[in-house]
Amino acid sequence: MNEFEPVVKDQAARDAAARVADYEHGWSSDIEQEYGPKGLSEDTVRYISAKKDEPEWMLEWRLKAYRHWLTMPMPDWAKLNIPPIDYQAAYYWAAPKTKDGPKSLDEVDPEILRIYEKLGIPLAEQAVLAGVEGARKIAVDAVFDSVSVATTFRKELESAGVIFRSISEAIREYPDMVRRWLGRVVPMHDNYFSALNCAVFSDGTFVYIPEGVRCPMELSTYFRINAENTGQFERTLIVADKGAYVSYLEGCTAPQRDENQLHAAVVELVALDDAEIKYSTVQNWYPGDAQGKGGIYNFVTKRALCQGARSKVSWTQVETGSAVTWKYPSCVLNGEDSVGEFYSVAVTNNHQQADTGTKMIHNGKGSRSTIVSKGISAGQSNNTYRGLVRVAANAEGVRNHTQCDSLLLGATCGAHTVPYIEVKNPSAIIEHEATTSKISDDQLFYAMQRGLAQEDAVALIVNGFAREVLQQLPMEFAVEAQKLLGISLEGSVG
Amino acid sequence: MPVNHTTLESETSMLTIHDLSATVANKAILKGLSLRINAGEIHAIMGPNGAGKSTLGYTLGGRPGYEVTGGSVDFDGQDLLSLAPHERAAAGLFLGFQYPVEIPGVSMVQFLRESLNAQRKARGEDPLSGGAFLKLAREQAALLKLDPEMLKRPVNVGFSGGEKKRAEMVQMGILDPKLAILDETDSGLDIDALKVCGEGINAIMRRPDKAVLLITHYQRLLDYVKPDFVHVLAGGRIVRSGGADLALELEEQGYEGAVA
Ligand SMILES: Nc1ncnc2c1ncn2[C@@H]1O[C@H](COP(=O)(O)OP(=O)(O)OP(=O)(O)O)[C@@H](O)[C@H]1O
Ligand SMILES: [Mg+2]
Repeated sequence: MNEFEPVVKDQAARDAAARVADYEHGWSSDIEQEYGPKGLSEDTVRYISAKKDEPEWMLEWRLKAYRHWLTMPMPDWAKLNIPPIDYQAAYYWAAPKTKDGPKSLDEVDPEILRIYEKLGIPLAEQAVLAGVEGARKIAVDAVFDSVSVATTFRKELESAGVIFRSISEAIREYPDMVRRWLGRVVPMHDNYFSALNCAVFSDGTFVYIPEGVRCPMELSTYFRINAENTGQFERTLIVADKGAYVSYLEGCTAPQRDENQLHAAVVELVALDDAEIKYSTVQNWYPGDAQGKGGIYNFVTKRALCQGARSKVSWTQVETGSAVTWKYPSCVLNGEDSVGEFYSVAVTNNHQQADTGTKMIHNGKGSRSTIVSKGISAGQSNNTYRGLVRVAANAEGVRNHTQCDSLLLGATCGAHTVPYIEVKNPSAIIEHEATTSKISDDQLFYAMQRGLAQEDAVALIVNGFAREVLQQLPMEFAVEAQKLLGISLEGSVG
Repeated sequence: MPVNHTTLESETSMLTIHDLSATVANKAILKGLSLRINAGEIHAIMGPNGAGKSTLGYTLGGRPGYEVTGGSVDFDGQDLLSLAPHERAAAGLFLGFQYPVEIPGVSMVQFLRESLNAQRKARGEDPLSGGAFLKLAREQAALLKLDPEMLKRPVNVGFSGGEKKRAEMVQMGILDPKLAILDETDSGLDIDALKVCGEGINAIMRRPDKAVLLITHYQRLLDYVKPDFVHVLAGGRIVRSGGADLALELEEQGYEGAVA
């Protein structure tokens, strides 16, 4: 009867095992001694491509993107307040280790350790997440007794015909497949950050599910936590062939140490006839301190191409981290009767700014979309939902339902809803509902009178508010996400 | 039989309110209220609208905004007023709300299980497993004749007035407090529900180690839950105390007649 009975144990074992598998595949090869050139230039792009042993077409592709990026102005339309980013001061390949990396968990900010503990993360993993030097190896050693699980895991995927690789490997091993789809969903000139990503992406993930195959397990990037320098410009491409199904989990609930200020990932999903992709994200990058200093700028481009008839893509995201988030996971619904879904919880506290939402582009007849956005703002933060629903002239019988709810904690935060609706076919039925509410003193006292401490009462009420979205998450993710919402809002009431 | 129990010293005293004053929004509501409740007793408080009955409940519960400006409250040997609201709950204090609050998206089961386990944790007890909790919740729902399916619904959302009150009693049964302050539990209940709730209160709370403070306007609930003492709260203090028959007298004569 309890919706969130934990199955975490099993998943943790799988994750750990997967990391061992990755290790064996050399995903964590020692690259940190070699630094690329500082700043961004054609030389940097060539350096990265050469380092990755890429084919000529890939280098040309990157260079084209880079040259295009040079001509683009930094976007400024989102409701964000962003200080300028110095692209020439950054490294795009294996930045030199800074002197202040922690040598052991003793040197890690106790506040971060407290959060790890609350999330129930084992010590060895805590060290990896906190970026303790040499910790990865320790973590791998610590889970060596589950190698048999790793083997099972790998065999299972292989026998199903599923390709699950780093994108660099895939470019070498499956060049035709990658070339066919890379940049098809998010063209390199799409926006400033996608162009940048095309030019300098360091690594990422490639998934292919063959026709008629239901991927036998949930795939997760959390498996690949070791990819120390790939977080910044990550590239993900998932292709589900006809009738295929896959559920993919990105990110992890634990705050990860990261020295990169800018994150500009690109995620492309392709669903052919009757295929379904469920893509779930928990984003908890460093949000900056309570005064608004530091923190990650998270400018991600995520888009799905529902190319086939009756294809379906479902985006679910829980966004609690980053100083600035700029993100609109979208669906281009080309297939007849294709379905796009977007379920989002975005929490902002202190000085965080989030501008997030979705675009549902209805080109196919009878295509349907559902948007459920839950924004929670506290402190001095700003939380904006920005969404577009577009219906092409020849798309008959389109339906969209959008529900945008905002919850405010305190009086100094902001919530904004910016829906754009462009309908060129009169048969479309488009519904938009929006609400704004506050956690009431009545609710807080009621819950506390039953025995809940204030922060637990807030967490409970907030989780109730976000329930519709959390329910979409795979079980083990949902449990962690619930805890995460509470932690993100600590100290925001009273 | 002497009923001036507020001056009696007894080892079984559960709640001793001494000269309590409290303000709400800078307005003095409780003005030197004293009351003593022993384990095993059921007390009823009656009084005109706006007298401060709910304020007494909220103040004892520790509701923010209800500021204590004088006096003391001893609950089972603890200084109640020094505890946070959730600590008072864990110490065994339960407030049945006059207007139960809705919490969208949170099921009754989740709400009560988390609440109970938070209380248990605070008392150094092991948490109740999902299965054991569900068994307990179903038993208590059955006792109050509440459809157990309602426990899956979000807390009080869409409950009728009577269902809310009945659900409060189920909550009380699950949390199993030492002292229950029930604020107009009878209002909104139909005739049959009144009987069920009255019997439920007896089943859950009429025990030598427990006590109840019933806030009510009418005799009807007291027909089922027979009080040991009845008090009249007016102008922020207890102005008269008596036995069960005081309620009948009040019903006949009204407050003005009875207190004059
Ligand atoms: N938040 C508040 N701001 C201002 N006055 C308040 C507030 N809360 C309560 N009061 C006042 O305090 C007084 C006592 O209210 P209380 O709710 O305790 O009365 P009561 O005895 O429970 O009445 P009833 O029988 O109608 O339930 C009333 O005059 C009420 O208006
Ligand atoms: Mg009242």
